[in-house]
Amino acid sequence: MTAGPADLVSPAVAGLRARFGTAIIRHQVSCGDTIVYVTRDRAHEILAWLRDDAGQRFDYLTDITAVEYRDSERPLEVVWQLWSLDRKAALRLKVELDKRETLEVDSVFDLWKGADWLEREVYDMFGVTFRGHPDLRRILMWETYAEGYPLRKDFPLRGHFSRAEQTRQALAANPEAHYSLEELSIAAAYDELPADLKTRLAHGERGKVE
Amino acid sequence: MGLTDAEAGAGTEVSTMSPNWVTTRLDFLTNWARSNSLWPMPFGTACCAIEFMASAASRFDLSRFGMERMSFSPRQADVLICAGRLPFKLAPVIRKIWDQMPQPKWAISMGACASSGGIFDTYTMVQGIDTIIPVDVYVPGCPPRPEGLIYGIMLLQKKIRGESIADAALRQEHLLGPDGLFLPARTIDEISEPFGNSVHQTRSA
Repeated sequence: MTAGPADLVSPAVAGLRARFGTAIIRHQVSCGDTIVYVTRDRAHEILAWLRDDAGQRFDYLTDITAVEYRDSERPLEVVWQLWSLDRKAALRLKVELDKRETLEVDSVFDLWKGADWLEREVYDMFGVTFRGHPDLRRILMWETYAEGYPLRKDFPLRGHFSRAEQTRQALAANPEAHYSLEELSIAAAYDELPADLKTRLAHGERGKVE
Repeated sequence: MGLTDAEAGAGTEVSTMSPNWVTTRLDFLTNWARSNSLWPMPFGTACCAIEFMASAASRFDLSRFGMERMSFSPRQADVLICAGRLPFKLAPVIRKIWDQMPQPKWAISMGACASSGGIFDTYTMVQGIDTIIPVDVYVPGCPPRPEGLIYGIMLLQKKIRGESIADAALRQEHLLGPDGLFLPARTIDEISEPFGNSVHQTRSA
């Protein structure tokens, strides 16, 4: 391969610039991957276009994550890694968030259902709020975890609290008290079920539901 | 049962359940039965659990020691084997499992992480399960080989054979204290101190 660096840029960048203009802040190529920095306010719109446009078809959301750098002046980045199953092409989108302001971006749960837990993980580890997420709770740490966001650079490796306090809070966590909204809604919906279904459920029957 | 003070002679402390021929024979019988039919409650969280499975499988064959039946219900288990690191998120879980186990019960802490937190001196990890539940035998290793675990189990059997039904302290439930902790807070902080290489981990942002 004798292709120069310019040839490695994903053709999606030209399409993005033509379509969204100033919303595309800059792009760069790193290790053969194209990274596009976009503005926070139009990120959702751009992601929707990348998914649906006939020329792009980035229909598979590989990952959502975030990056914080040791340089405290640098903004925190939220990263969307996209893949096109048809074209076998990858694209990485980034949004920079000023750490002095509220860390908030739009949720892409309405575009990819798989974004549900990915966004919960970014919220859990970095404290980034995803506007429009249906159930934004901690996912790795337990729900009553009070020490902050572990992957932030200002978070000490052993946590903020003493070991005894961490142990006390962990033992008091009572995980059974924190069922998800889905689990609660199944129990709450029991009264609205048809009578024959209720009878069968009461007998523990696992047969086919017509 | 037991001798009176007068019979035992002056200066000898005697309780109504002091060891005599009957109790020691009874001890021998119960301890023989208990130590040779330990039902383990496997609490496998990591790579130690793989070695634990190997111990239970045909080559190493735990059933030679009367541990034929893995008890996946804590209510029918005698010995809790914590095989692997215990994150804080699982601390209330292992505590509940331990509380559900009927007396007599014992605990084996298998591997470096379960015993001390191991290499995981981080915000997520319990620094030794002995800050949560009482532990009888610690098996070192990362992970311990099946021989190591079997040696730990044989040590536990030896310990059980030395127990006495007269010793009420052995069968005491160690519940969480009013502060919600199993050990005093100072003790937990002290035994969770960084040691070895992990003292160099404190690197500020």
